[in-house]
Amino acid sequence: MAQHTSPSQTRPATARPDPTGSETLHAEVLVVGGGLVGATLASALASAGIETVVVDRENPEDVLKMTFDGRASAIAAGSRHMMEAIGLWDLVSDQAQPILDIMVTDGRIGRRKSPLHLHYDHREVGEAMGHIVENRVLRQGQQKLLPSFERLTVLAPVGVERVVRTTGHATASLTDGRKVRARLVAGCDGRGSPLRTSAEIRTAHWTYDQAGIVATLQHDADHQGTAHEHFLPSGPFAMLPMVDGPGGQHRSSIVWTERKRLAEHFHGLDQDAFAREVLRRFGPDYGDVREIGPRFNYPLSGLHAERYIDTRLALVGDSAHAIHPIAGQGLNLGLRDVAALAECIVDARRLGLDVGNPDVLRRYQRWRRPDNLILVAATHTLDHLFSNDFGPLRLARDLGLAGVNRIGPMKKLFMQHAMGTLGDLPRLIRGEQL
Amino acid sequence: MDQPPTAATQPGDPSAVEGVSVDPQEIGKFARMAETWWNPDGEMKPLHALNPVRVGYIRDRLAAHFAGKPAPGTSFEPLHGIDLLDVGCGAGLLAEPLARLGARVTGIDAAPEAVKAGRAHAELQGLEIDYRAGTVEALARTGRQFDAVTIMEVIEHVPDVDAFLATCGRLVRPGGLAVVSSVNRTAKSFLLAKVGAEYVLGWLPRGTHDWRRFVKPSEAARGLRAGGLRLAEVTGVVFDPLNGWQTARDSGVNYMIAAEKPDKG
Repeated sequence: MAQHTSPSQTRPATARPDPTGSETLHAEVLVVGGGLVGATLASALASAGIETVVVDRENPEDVLKMTFDGRASAIAAGSRHMMEAIGLWDLVSDQAQPILDIMVTDGRIGRRKSPLHLHYDHREVGEAMGHIVENRVLRQGQQKLLPSFERLTVLAPVGVERVVRTTGHATASLTDGRKVRARLVAGCDGRGSPLRTSAEIRTAHWTYDQAGIVATLQHDADHQGTAHEHFLPSGPFAMLPMVDGPGGQHRSSIVWTERKRLAEHFHGLDQDAFAREVLRRFGPDYGDVREIGPRFNYPLSGLHAERYIDTRLALVGDSAHAIHPIAGQGLNLGLRDVAALAECIVDARRLGLDVGNPDVLRRYQRWRRPDNLILVAATHTLDHLFSNDFGPLRLARDLGLAGVNRIGPMKKLFMQHAMGTLGDLPRLIRGEQL
Repeated sequence: MDQPPTAATQPGDPSAVEGVSVDPQEIGKFARMAETWWNPDGEMKPLHALNPVRVGYIRDRLAAHFAGKPAPGTSFEPLHGIDLLDVGCGAGLLAEPLARLGARVTGIDAAPEAVKAGRAHAELQGLEIDYRAGTVEALARTGRQFDAVTIMEVIEHVPDVDAFLATCGRLVRPGGLAVVSSVNRTAKSFLLAKVGAEYVLGWLPRGTHDWRRFVKPSEAARGLRAGGLRLAEVTGVVFDPLNGWQTARDSGVNYMIAAEKPDKG
């Protein structure tokens, strides 16, 4: 059989001068945005052998600073399976705290937690329900992982000036003068997604009169892997267990949802006063608490894109949907998008098809949009149900939680859904290779 | 909420989205024609829908035949090094995926416009495909042979199937493989492929097919035999409303045939 050179599809994304004199990189997929979702997508694609370029406007050193993103994420079991499959989990697992129990309680400030509570126990589903990992740790792991892929080029910090998408391909002009030409652009450019705007994709968006205060605490008692979600009239107060600090300090990350006006007030408090407010809400279970690291105040809002796709464009993660953080599902939903899109792309590539063709994109949208829509609606409703101090509703709520707690199979179903191990799952989420 | 992509994918309008125009060189007559062929929602929609199952079948058969093992799931170029002729290539709907899978593809079609459109499209895709306008008879006379010859959705439009397939068979080298697909001539195919596809579902323009020209697998095998090939396998192709076209045992309507040419000696 005659040997021959491979078609240009498989050439590495090396620079080639184009007739205009500027350097052009060629790839199958251009990932715009190198955040948690974008970097995971790039890794998944590159690990399967898809030529990928990821462009991120942030400086790789800056994003690792505590002040850039002080949040911790709840990594659902399905998301962890994918991280294992692409080789990310090994790099972060020693900094990942397994969630062994979830205590959902209800109450008012200064009072004891409602004795009627929902208690999720990992023994009922057979594995840890999830892990709490600092976003900083995830980013660090990704920065170690990305350079290991032969077929991945990372450009950062570089901005995208504009993207021209035609029926044949997409070309991005970068702020450093270079260009990237690809068959498909993955818009992982966040909730304000310029790619979504330029494609004239409309969104449904809404704001809450709430903000999320995020901080890291050190406390006397061991959390024993328990995550607390305490529903207060002005919003949920979550205490998420983190791995012990370098000196053996017991640590937790708090996500405290509060009315906007009050959130600003609490955000401005000194450390002692802040700790007192935390104790008023959380109670004495962990003994004394002390704040470590910076404190953040994020306004809460939600959005959902009317469609996730356009000519040679797919929206992934926050650019397509941003939900209330109440259920800790934002990143997990984004990672499920990643797994689904990566599978659509790889399946097409294995058939020699153009990975940016409309059939591929439509398969992705059909797969992900209904699923996301359900959680967007569910978390919206959940928040309205819980951010309320009306007597009868409170009672119903207490009874509802207790009811769910007593019906084993129903609870298991809830847990598995939150863990991301139910439904028509992409191969990566099931822990299989692409 | 499935929505077709923007107007940018409509035939005759290859202009870019975002109000930035496309490279004018791309808008040749044949590039425009290629846009029509390559629009998955356009006139060639049925072929686009059929493409995954037939590309998958050809890939797996060829990889198994030439490598002696099933197609690997990891490599994107399981057909690397295979010299392949696609007969009735049109604008390259099949030729391009096979080239991306690593095959060195020659495409032949009697319609020069289709071949030019194919060339224009392959150029844009950065694929090297040897497109030729002409007949298999003329190509066979040159004595050229290929590792594999694909004849997909062609023979139901050919007047003398026996002679045509015999010629195609001569284009396969000893030890090589041919893959043929067509529509069976059965009562079921009359209902589904003729009445159903053209009149009820509107998948194909009315008059696309003449049912009397549909070819039974046994008839296709007879023609291939005359070209020195031996029938290896007949596989049915059925439409599943949930998952699209799939291979199946039922070859009563659509089918694919693999046939081998024995090695010399």
